[in-house]
Amino acid sequence: MSEKPSHIVIIGAGHAGGTAAALLRQYDFQGPITLIGEEPIPPYQRPPLSKAWLKGEADADSLALKPLEFYAENGIDFRPNVQVTAIDRQAKGLTLSDGGSLSYDIAILATGARPIRLPIPGADLDGVLELRTAADAEALKAALGPGKTVAVVGGGYIGLEAAASARSLGANVIILEREARILARVACETLSTFFQTYHEARGVQFELGASATGFAGKDGKVTSVILADGRTLACDLVLVGVGVAPNEELAKAAGLECARGVVVNLDARTSDPSIFAIGDVAQRPMPIYENRMFRMESVPNALEQAKQAACAITGRPAPAGETPWQWSDQYDLKLQIAGYPFDADQILVRGDPTSNKFAIFHLKGDQLQSVEAINSPPEFMMGRQLIGNRKPVNASRLADTSISMKEVAA
Amino acid sequence: MAKITYIEHNGAEHVLDVKTGLTVMEGAVKNNVPGIDADCGGACACATCHVYVDDAWLAKTGDKSAMEESMLDFAENVEPNSRLACQIKMTDALDGLVVRLPESQH
Repeated sequence: MSEKPSHIVIIGAGHAGGTAAALLRQYDFQGPITLIGEEPIPPYQRPPLSKAWLKGEADADSLALKPLEFYAENGIDFRPNVQVTAIDRQAKGLTLSDGGSLSYDIAILATGARPIRLPIPGADLDGVLELRTAADAEALKAALGPGKTVAVVGGGYIGLEAAASARSLGANVIILEREARILARVACETLSTFFQTYHEARGVQFELGASATGFAGKDGKVTSVILADGRTLACDLVLVGVGVAPNEELAKAAGLECARGVVVNLDARTSDPSIFAIGDVAQRPMPIYENRMFRMESVPNALEQAKQAACAITGRPAPAGETPWQWSDQYDLKLQIAGYPFDADQILVRGDPTSNKFAIFHLKGDQLQSVEAINSPPEFMMGRQLIGNRKPVNASRLADTSISMKEVAA
Repeated sequence: MAKITYIEHNGAEHVLDVKTGLTVMEGAVKNNVPGIDADCGGACACATCHVYVDDAWLAKTGDKSAMEESMLDFAENVEPNSRLACQIKMTDALDGLVVRLPESQH
């Protein structure tokens, strides 16, 4: 056997890829690591882009996962502004967009996802923006300001967070949502109603059941959104936040199994044992939901999978299966969600939504599947534990705020 | 710059110079100190940057917010000197701070 240490190439320098590189060094992997990113800067946190960054409360240093020097100091060859354009799995070689090539012993796909672009006229006008990268956030920040009107297409978390930040910057906000309610795909009706009411009270205007069919502009710059019902809404800029698509083309072209994401096992390994896939691009089994396959777009998911891959590569025991969770900050609201409401047959609300402090529990029989908590850390923390340990829950006690969450779970 | 000593659960010490204004969590994460996961990146949403502040420094790190208090209340192995490292901002007054890390953040 060859004694030469393996060369690991991480394809994609987002939160998942950057974390995988750092964990491999924490776990004493000694071989060379190459980290390839298409953006000009080293891995950074995306969640603040729609929040603290937009409001000018975070700088580039605080966004960065690690300072730039970290990579060189730790023997990680970080290559910005480069994409991998092809994987030759037989030769274990990669073709790069700068004309170069690389060989690998182990590759980790961390190519993430990209915002879905609306296939409608005017989508390429100046001022029609999306929010995924630091450069996107910079463009959005530059375009926002007091008195500006931003039309947000898509009432999902990105749109709502950006709306809250835009309001605090003095901009006018109109949110256009195709469905009958905001957050239709990702939250229950009670939560949708709560967020809409909260935003409305802070001056955000909503157009529900409204499809944008085009954007009109002047001198190449957007000036209005055209709706399916014929109305036009004047605006200074548009933020499109209608979901993301996994960047799986590279994997597909290399013949790796893909199904709305690159399919991986519990070690984050793809159908090729030398290639892993982590983060937004991966379609992965979830142990706490009977290994049901799904694709998640969250930082906790990126971190967990980076850990899975790094453990598998360095021969460490696999991390214990996690309870998926995510969060969203809007105004002074902290939303924390744990689990997914699969097969839930009962929804109960603990606390009073009008107090801006409540939690929604989704139960399947006496088992907790998911919790959505607003400004309610105990409900989130204990709910997350109950989802993970599958302990039976008494629904009437859970709904009773006079019984503490610790007592409910006892 | 201010000095922070992070002591892992296994006793390994990391003495680092951290820019004032950064949090104790950021100081650990940016220097790849194992044992602070910081899943949420400092949003006080996850309680995975739990540390034990050396008693000599506890008073100087200030008071916990209600949010931090109630997140910590549900973390594992909480002690009176437990803090969430993302909620302690480094100042010159904290130069020399010593924090210990729990066995696990989950």
